[in-house]
Amino acid sequence: MSAIDTEVQTHPAGHTDSTPIVNDFSIVAATVNGSGSQTANNVLMRAIFNMGVPVSGKNLFPSNIQGLPTWYTIRVSKRGYTARRESTEILVAFNPRTADEDLAALPPGGVCLHPGDLKFGAPRSDVSFYPLPVRDLVKQSGADARLRDYIANMVYVGALAELLSIDMGEIKDALSRHFKGKPKPIDLNYGVVTAAAAWVRDHLPKTDPYRVAPMDRTSGMILVDGNTAAAFGALMGGMTVCAWYPITPSTSLVDALTELAPILRADTDTETTTYAIVQAEDELAAAGMIVGAGWAGARAMTATSGPGLSLMNEFVGLAYFAEAPCVIWDVQRMGPSTGLPTRVSQGDVLSAYYMGHGDTRHVVLFPGSMTECYEFGYQAFDLADRLQTPVLVLSDLDLGMNNWMSEPFTYPETPLDRGKVLTADELDQIKGWGRYKDLDGDGIAYRTLPGNPNPKAAYLARGTGHNEYAVYSERPGDWQRNMDRLARKHETARTLVPAPVVIERDDATIGIIAYGSTDPAIREACDVLHDRGISASYLRIRALPLETTLRTFLAKYERVYVVEMNQDGQMAQLVQLHAPEAAARVRSVRICDGMPLSAQFVVEQIQQIEA
Amino acid sequence: MTTETKTNGKPSVNRIGLTSQDYRAGETTLCQGCGHNSITSQIIAAAYELSLAPHQVIKMSGIGCSSKTPAYFLGRSHGFNTLHGRMPSVTTGAILANRTLLAIGVSGDGDTGSIGLGQFKHMIRRNVPMVYIVENNGVYGLTKGQFSATADVGQTLKYAGTNVLPPIDICIEALAADCSFVARSFAGDARQVRELLKAAMSFNGTAVLDIISPCVTFNNHHDSTKSYDYGKAHEERLQDIQFIPRFEEVQVEYEEGAERVVQLHDGPIIKLRKLDRDYDPTNKWHAIELLEKARQNHEFITGLLYINTERQTLPETMHLPGTPLAYLPAEQLRPSRERFAQGMAEFM
Repeated sequence: MSAIDTEVQTHPAGHTDSTPIVNDFSIVAATVNGSGSQTANNVLMRAIFNMGVPVSGKNLFPSNIQGLPTWYTIRVSKRGYTARRESTEILVAFNPRTADEDLAALPPGGVCLHPGDLKFGAPRSDVSFYPLPVRDLVKQSGADARLRDYIANMVYVGALAELLSIDMGEIKDALSRHFKGKPKPIDLNYGVVTAAAAWVRDHLPKTDPYRVAPMDRTSGMILVDGNTAAAFGALMGGMTVCAWYPITPSTSLVDALTELAPILRADTDTETTTYAIVQAEDELAAAGMIVGAGWAGARAMTATSGPGLSLMNEFVGLAYFAEAPCVIWDVQRMGPSTGLPTRVSQGDVLSAYYMGHGDTRHVVLFPGSMTECYEFGYQAFDLADRLQTPVLVLSDLDLGMNNWMSEPFTYPETPLDRGKVLTADELDQIKGWGRYKDLDGDGIAYRTLPGNPNPKAAYLARGTGHNEYAVYSERPGDWQRNMDRLARKHETARTLVPAPVVIERDDATIGIIAYGSTDPAIREACDVLHDRGISASYLRIRALPLETTLRTFLAKYERVYVVEMNQDGQMAQLVQLHAPEAAARVRSVRICDGMPLSAQFVVEQIQQIEA
Repeated sequence: MTTETKTNGKPSVNRIGLTSQDYRAGETTLCQGCGHNSITSQIIAAAYELSLAPHQVIKMSGIGCSSKTPAYFLGRSHGFNTLHGRMPSVTTGAILANRTLLAIGVSGDGDTGSIGLGQFKHMIRRNVPMVYIVENNGVYGLTKGQFSATADVGQTLKYAGTNVLPPIDICIEALAADCSFVARSFAGDARQVRELLKAAMSFNGTAVLDIISPCVTFNNHHDSTKSYDYGKAHEERLQDIQFIPRFEEVQVEYEEGAERVVQLHDGPIIKLRKLDRDYDPTNKWHAIELLEKARQNHEFITGLLYINTERQTLPETMHLPGTPLAYLPAEQLRPSRERFAQGMAEFM
């Protein structure tokens, strides 16, 4: 992992005698993929979180099952910043193959924990080294040979706990949670943790300034990943059919559905379910199933990522035109093509918005927090039903797979909204009904579901040209009228989708627009910029189509930076299209390197232009 | 039919009081004499005779001449004309949403045998309860006369020339995927088509009907194996098929040795009278052997090739409730506050 050596916050060089640095540093654990280091990292993160200290974790992992290098960064921030930082002060160098590179990336005054038998190519004099007798400690644990590689990671947990003053009780609680209370693995792992801590206490004097101290900034909060939050939300939203095909990084969304569904939605009296989760043969079939299910009245969803989304293209066009509701979670990863399957991106904005051939525009939601992953989980169904159209939710790998601090979720305030669905009786009372007839002027026609016994209820849904009564038609007027109505429906969507979140500063001279998982980096960047004399207001887009709040925001500032993680500045393009009068004032700030956004990048880019 | 009642000049009605007119829909826009139109007529007749409630039927199709036909039958039923080769997945979703619906799917040889072969096999693997009709004419009609994957070796077409590749046999593909109802018929054999349709509509599981249905415009010439002439000259019926619905409270008599009966779920019976061959339609190996030999010897064998009433259907394997998911009330869709709290406890 390469790092940029300039830092947003710089820490004093040198180790001894410096003032302690409390709750404001990052740790990177460099390990080998498949060695079980995730357990160690999660335990560390949760223990710090349970000490009341704001913390975030980013897993920077390869597309591989076992053997390739992997890094896990844990940021500890008393100010509550959770974005990725460009460099980390504390290195756990447990992967010999990357150890030299990892060591070189440490800032002066950094810390390096490593197995005692690991030799560095170019040792540094400005780093505190803590060599650990990993092999001996593991051997002493008496663990079965098969488990030794896994529990070796507990050595750095114990050493860090001792060096950073992480509460041992919290470590034990985190282990207990991880192993679901099973005494055997808890005792084995905790034994290694305490042995390592004791060894460090007895043998290694502390020569670095970093420390964790209890705070009260996480009480009542939860640690959760966005895919789990989305699954929870979907089940609260009455999801009845999920059809999907495995693809990183969306797979864990369906795993979470499968895990949570029995808790939330099983009918315990009859031992039947109130949902169907089907692993399809590919993403085409997954899309077909949710389109068919949505047409027949289910709340249907899928979860996928870039390549899968490409395969769903034709079906999304059909669903748009035949007007079948469905929800597609696109947990974005880096493309084009197979790309970087385990790296983050916001590269699907344009393809999602315009999915399908011909003239199509879709409702696209951008959750920016765990709460929004949860809330959009159910709101997406309401929007899809109300608008009778596919709704795409663009999450990403960082939101979806990493653990984030969050307020606990709350019970939905509004009831399910199934939109304009006519029962047999309602159909008798409504005058002049046609399946695709705009009776209300909002572009949304009334639909009937299969099974409706009213003899007038039936219609043949189709992707071919049709008139207001769903009858095949190639008449130019019919085609044009239908497309005009769909455009009108899109205008209605503009008023229904979640509005942007705006954080204005009174003295702001510039605006920043962003969306999705970059929120923590943008908020931090705004603070740093402010400290450096550049005051920025921040608008976070939460949905397409874009709406009026954005236009008002754009009008206020001489320069507005649209910050995003893709190569072409996709959202910047949409913003410029939406508000041509402000197009010349829009500046695109984008990065496309597969890493979660850092505040430092945003600060540097904006400072450069503003200077 | 015993199901009809005829009263003074008024049109006949079936058991639920509908006329056969009530099962019709728009006028066909296919070529005059197209085999598909005869199949459409038999779908209308079968649905009328079975007294199907139109609102409980969904008509599904992909893309192609055959896939246009749901506009020409059962106008009181919902339907979905989907994408090329993708009708199985859309139907799977619709059936998951509402398991009480009877799905009648119409596809063609291109729609099933080429672009849709994957979805076709996976639909069967899941045993999605539906009637899946392949109107098989060996040729692409709407794009004007290319070979499809079911065309026999050596067949010639005006523009496409001579076909050099072996045909995909839809019925063998269905059997390989463990389909529990496999039949082949000929659009020119109206009675057999109708009886098979009634059996398929009453069957609980995926029922595949591969019906050779001549294309009068592109593939009905003298030496075409998918022509009316060829079909009439070469069709060899495996059995004489009679479908006996369950509402006929008569004792079904059958002649030991010469006839066999298959009882379907909920009571209807398929009676099969032996013709030239002694054939057991419950033996999958026999079915595959018969079809492979027929393919080698260029025989055109029709009838009920295989039936297995034991396989669980998708809604059963998924433990879906009796009430369609699409019609579950809000209180079953949104977890209670207690359930919500249980869910949240997982994260605390």
